[in-house]
Amino acid sequence: MTTVTKEAGPAVPAGPARPLSERRPLGDRTFQIVALVSGLLVLIILVLIAVSTTQQSALWFRTEGWGVFGTDWDPASNHFGALAFIYGTAITAAIAIILAVPVSVGIALLLTEVVPYRWARPIVYVIDLLAVVPSVVWGLWGILVFAPWIEKIYKSIGSGVDGIPVLGNLFGPPVSGASFFTAGIILAFMITPIVTSLSREVIATVPTIDKEGAYALGATRLEMIQGAVWPHSKGGIVGSVLLGLGRAMGETIAAALVIGSSATITSHLFAPGDSMPAVIANQFGEASGVFRSALIGLGVLLFVFTIIINVIARAIVGGAQEQGSA
Amino acid sequence: MQRQRIRRVTMAVVPVAAMALILGACSSSNNGGSSGGGSGGSGTLNGSGSTFQLTFQQTAIQNFKSIKPDLTVNYGGGGSGKGRTDLASNVVQYAGSDTAPIPSDEVSSFKGKTVLYFPVLIGPITISYNLSGVSNLKLDGPVIADIFQANITKWNDPKIKALNPGVNLPSTAITIARRSDSSGTTQNFSEFLVESAKNWKLGSDSTIKWPATSRGGNGNGGVAQIIKSTDGAVGYVDYADAKASGLSFASVKNKAGKYIAPSTQSATAAADNVTLKDDLTFSAIWASGPDSYPITYQSWVLLYQKQSSSGTATNLKSYIGYLLGDGQKLLPQLGYAPLPSSMDQQAKAQLSKISS
Repeated sequence: MTTVTKEAGPAVPAGPARPLSERRPLGDRTFQIVALVSGLLVLIILVLIAVSTTQQSALWFRTEGWGVFGTDWDPASNHFGALAFIYGTAITAAIAIILAVPVSVGIALLLTEVVPYRWARPIVYVIDLLAVVPSVVWGLWGILVFAPWIEKIYKSIGSGVDGIPVLGNLFGPPVSGASFFTAGIILAFMITPIVTSLSREVIATVPTIDKEGAYALGATRLEMIQGAVWPHSKGGIVGSVLLGLGRAMGETIAAALVIGSSATITSHLFAPGDSMPAVIANQFGEASGVFRSALIGLGVLLFVFTIIINVIARAIVGGAQEQGSA
Repeated sequence: MQRQRIRRVTMAVVPVAAMALILGACSSSNNGGSSGGGSGGSGTLNGSGSTFQLTFQQTAIQNFKSIKPDLTVNYGGGGSGKGRTDLASNVVQYAGSDTAPIPSDEVSSFKGKTVLYFPVLIGPITISYNLSGVSNLKLDGPVIADIFQANITKWNDPKIKALNPGVNLPSTAITIARRSDSSGTTQNFSEFLVESAKNWKLGSDSTIKWPATSRGGNGNGGVAQIIKSTDGAVGYVDYADAKASGLSFASVKNKAGKYIAPSTQSATAAADNVTLKDDLTFSAIWASGPDSYPITYQSWVLLYQKQSSSGTATNLKSYIGYLLGDGQKLLPQLGYAPLPSSMDQQAKAQLSKISS
């Protein structure tokens, strides 16, 4: 048995190694155990959620087999193909990202590079207020105020592009206030605060010396952003976009109210559609048997997708931070 | 130092003591729980399920408070499926369900325990529409099926004209309004179409695969709102919500061939003509009888025959007895119809089966 000597630290007296319970004072030991238990508890709960939902959705997977990715969702004839909802989730999340990311990154750059610090703080405060608005309020405002108003705009665009090859397929009729595009817009409003604040923090970590160097070499502001800010922060910004994507995919009540509840796969963005969280919220109350199992299965699929997106996001952000500090 | 330590200890102990006191007070007020003391009248009853019954249950609970102030009743809504699931897992003592008997894929979750069905109310589903200048629309099953499958797309279609001679039907496009959430109303409406229309292809369930051009609304109120705000819209809304939103409803052709408008009387007439099974399950949809409204549906209260305690059994007999007795008088002004008296008598007689 070798005795290992350790260096003296604030709570660790120097001397031969002793087991944990002897080395730390009681308060520290208790805190360590409580913190460990809490962390494990979170992990255990996550695992239990995954296990129990997979168990309850097993009936659906067994009954449908690969038909779970079919296009026909018809409870009356016991067909439960989820492709229409996966498509709806993907499309609305994509629209939300396309609309929100340029705006959010633009706001982040504005706040760090252009606006004087005194004005930046109130603007940050207002943006964060957007994040505080509850999802159901977005949904209610969307269906009662926004959808009827924007339907007129959709109608005029729809009749305008009707017949034109690509645009007609994207923006042509059928047109409805509650549609993929409206859901995408509402989701864009909801993810802007997250993406903005994360991007702003990432951009703020760019060393001033790089920025000043760029200016010294005669760069314009735009060239400085391209040359000094972007290489440092692109990893972090991509990570924050993916986190926003994860949120957009999982958003339930807002999507359920404004997406139109029509399980169809169509390229027409102004047509009503449906997404995974929306259909679960709408149809769970009266579902039983395979129907219920199918809805829980949709939840499992959504869970898996959002975990994958979040893991990729953390990996990119983590990798970028290492790169940045290297 | 001593003072600081005293302050710290106080700050730790006081919130804990306060919480303990509050929790103690809360639990003592729920002390009866569902196993009320001795000869009934006190305790708590919890129910959940059908949203069709929700307004009736809420009003009945309010009025019941003055009859038995010690018995607290709660009804949570949430849908018939949720109610049955809650009853199976003993979360509630009674469930509201628009479907009876229990669907075959749910029977196993009740673990063989006998469930009693108590019908509590009847209600018509209206075919409400918004068409300027038209107020006395007549429709029948096959035409309604064609409208809701988007086979008929304009109001002045010959099939609608054939049923409404002399009415000036405009050429407005038809907008279908239907439910975006799953619902017993959809289930019973589609059941009507299955029974009355050979051309209805979409089956019957709490969620239907509606045509892509249809508009979905959340709840009966959501559908009513779509109809109210869109010229040329038509949809199925239960009677209470249609009346509350001031919508016009169509007269529908019943099994006997007469066109009947939805009302409390026509719904009760439909219920008078049903085949009542021994366990008090039935379907009032597409009922025979000259004055029956063909799209009438019903809702039951489900509970276990054998209760875990005599207190709960007594409380249930008391509350359900009220729903079947004086509670029936509340129904017409809420937009429902009361049970026909023979059905009511049989339901009351079944109360004695509740045992512990």
